[in-house]
Amino acid sequence: MAERIITYAEAIREAIGQAMEADESVFMLGEDIGVYGGAFGVSGDLYHRFGEERVRDTPISELGIVGAAVGAALVGMKPIVEIQFSDFTAQAMDQIVNQAAKIHFMLGGELSVPMVLRAPSGSGTGAAAQHSQSLESWFAHVPGLKVVLPSSPADAKGLLLAALDDPNPVIVLEHKLLYKTSGHVPEEMYRTPIGVSNTVREGSDLTIVATGVMVSRSLEAAAQLASQGVEATVIDVRTLSPLDMDPINASVAKTGRLMLVQEAPKHVGFMAEVAARVAEGPAIYSLTEPVTRLCGIDVPIPYAPQLEKAVVPQLDDIVAGAKSLMRGV
Amino acid sequence: MATITPLFAPEQGPISSSKEAASASLESLLAIRFFEEAVDGLFARGLMHGTMHLSIGQEAVATGVCAALRKTDFITSTHRGHSHCIAKGADLTRMMAELLAKQTGYCRGRGGSMHIADVETGNLGANGIVAGGIPIAAGAALAQKIQGKDNVVVSFFGDGATNEGAFHEALNLAAVWDLPVVFVCENNKYGMSFSTAKSMKVEKISERAAAYGFPGVTVDGNDVDAVFEVAKEAVDRARSGGGPTLIECLTYRHKGHSKSDKNLYRTKEEIEFWKTKDPVGIFETKVVESGQLTTEEVEQLTQKVRDAVRLAIQEATQAPDSDPAELLSSVFRQVG
Repeated sequence: MAERIITYAEAIREAIGQAMEADESVFMLGEDIGVYGGAFGVSGDLYHRFGEERVRDTPISELGIVGAAVGAALVGMKPIVEIQFSDFTAQAMDQIVNQAAKIHFMLGGELSVPMVLRAPSGSGTGAAAQHSQSLESWFAHVPGLKVVLPSSPADAKGLLLAALDDPNPVIVLEHKLLYKTSGHVPEEMYRTPIGVSNTVREGSDLTIVATGVMVSRSLEAAAQLASQGVEATVIDVRTLSPLDMDPINASVAKTGRLMLVQEAPKHVGFMAEVAARVAEGPAIYSLTEPVTRLCGIDVPIPYAPQLEKAVVPQLDDIVAGAKSLMRGV
Repeated sequence: MATITPLFAPEQGPISSSKEAASASLESLLAIRFFEEAVDGLFARGLMHGTMHLSIGQEAVATGVCAALRKTDFITSTHRGHSHCIAKGADLTRMMAELLAKQTGYCRGRGGSMHIADVETGNLGANGIVAGGIPIAAGAALAQKIQGKDNVVVSFFGDGATNEGAFHEALNLAAVWDLPVVFVCENNKYGMSFSTAKSMKVEKISERAAAYGFPGVTVDGNDVDAVFEVAKEAVDRARSGGGPTLIECLTYRHKGHSKSDKNLYRTKEEIEFWKTKDPVGIFETKVVESGQLTTEEVEQLTQKVRDAVRLAIQEATQAPDSDPAELLSSVFRQVG
């Protein structure tokens, strides 16, 4: 039987539709998710299938709508909030950081906030500095939030369904460049576990750890490297919080070389945490080369295509970074 | 456990004209007053740490509003939230235990004064962020609507919160979605030290409702009967699908903002003036003069509440301290 191929955006929509059919407490709210179908077309026809009560268009009011999601979650609903661009979560940070993340712990444990917040993240669309950021480390730094970055259509569906099962707030950062990419996605409702890193390619020479759109870019780089005799393992962290280091440590123990690839700016970025955890454990003794971090440079995302590309790791950068790590061989 | 007689919603006010309602409301007023005085005393003696925001002087707002609510109705509260907890029916022992950093406290010692929630009585939580609870109340009200339930949500907040974006966003959402929520502003004239005369141009905070297309009303927040009357009307309207209301209750806190307050921004005369408008004393006099309660009954009630607060302190003091061993496992609700 042929594999069913659908896009990342379709996979997310399918997950939401299946969740809404299975559980009447699931509803969606966000800006222009109704008739418009969502700024990136993710909600699509859901409005027509489930109606305006459950696919709820909101005023442009991020703080208000995330707060409304928190309140609804406290009394038995499972809201999926779509924030139109992840940059706009800055408007809603009080509700995300001070309320959603802390309520279960701070209020003694009886209440919890089973809210899923989805937002398109990342650069590559020419939308400039306020519509292109990769803010995942903000959220990963706050105890009480789970942070998920699906890198494939299959994970986009599986992780979203797992997020909806989770009784805690889950931030799902979807990469804009992935929405139109395609891949095999099973039709049934399946869950991709939160908190499990995924080894997407095995190779014995070096370990590449990546997130978001950098996973597919690293796989492309690994294919090029293979043609030149270098075999890379590629690990998709998938869940930033909670972080699963086991496959990373195990791979480093075998390869002795570690390259960390993220789109977000390098300074105090997520990959610094991965590097630190490798350094804190026995895997550090396996390293034969210093750890390489390949990250966005520490500037706001610019508009001009040549400037935007210069800020974020590209395919050639990953290949060059890997070769540099292999220079002693 | 140390609880007080639950408030209840008489079909018609005024509260002071029914013996049962008058007695329950006076019990609530006294419980808030004595609880706060006890907290003040424990703090002064160094037996309580952190900081506290006391509701002394503002007891009539929580009492009058909660008298208009059912047990299944919800509230969100503020950093100055002890009054709301008590009026909604919280256990004084668990409240006191929380303030004393005990394992048996409402938040198991993790929240303290500013974060008490009580699922049992529909209290979705006090909030340390000014205006933080207002959008949450709108969301809880949205859930009632989606779930087809007729519960109402009340959001308590102060005058300072009405200058926050969260207030305006939440009121607008509640308006456009006709949500069953009542916004109750306790205008005690100051956001910490900054007076409403300086922080806003509108004369009445209730005028702000007009910007969102629903009713706003200002009421004497030290008069339980007056508060109940407007709250009952607003709650009934919300419950029957008529949408939100903004109620501004004019009141005053006798004590400072928190424990660091030296009262540099207000005069002794002003404080003394408002003490003559003490909501507890006013209600007590009213129910005795109207003949609903005798002086002896008031004395008995006073003693009963004093005993309840004393019991709360005793029970809370004997409880085990909160436990660091459970910290890491408490950040997330465990899956499955």
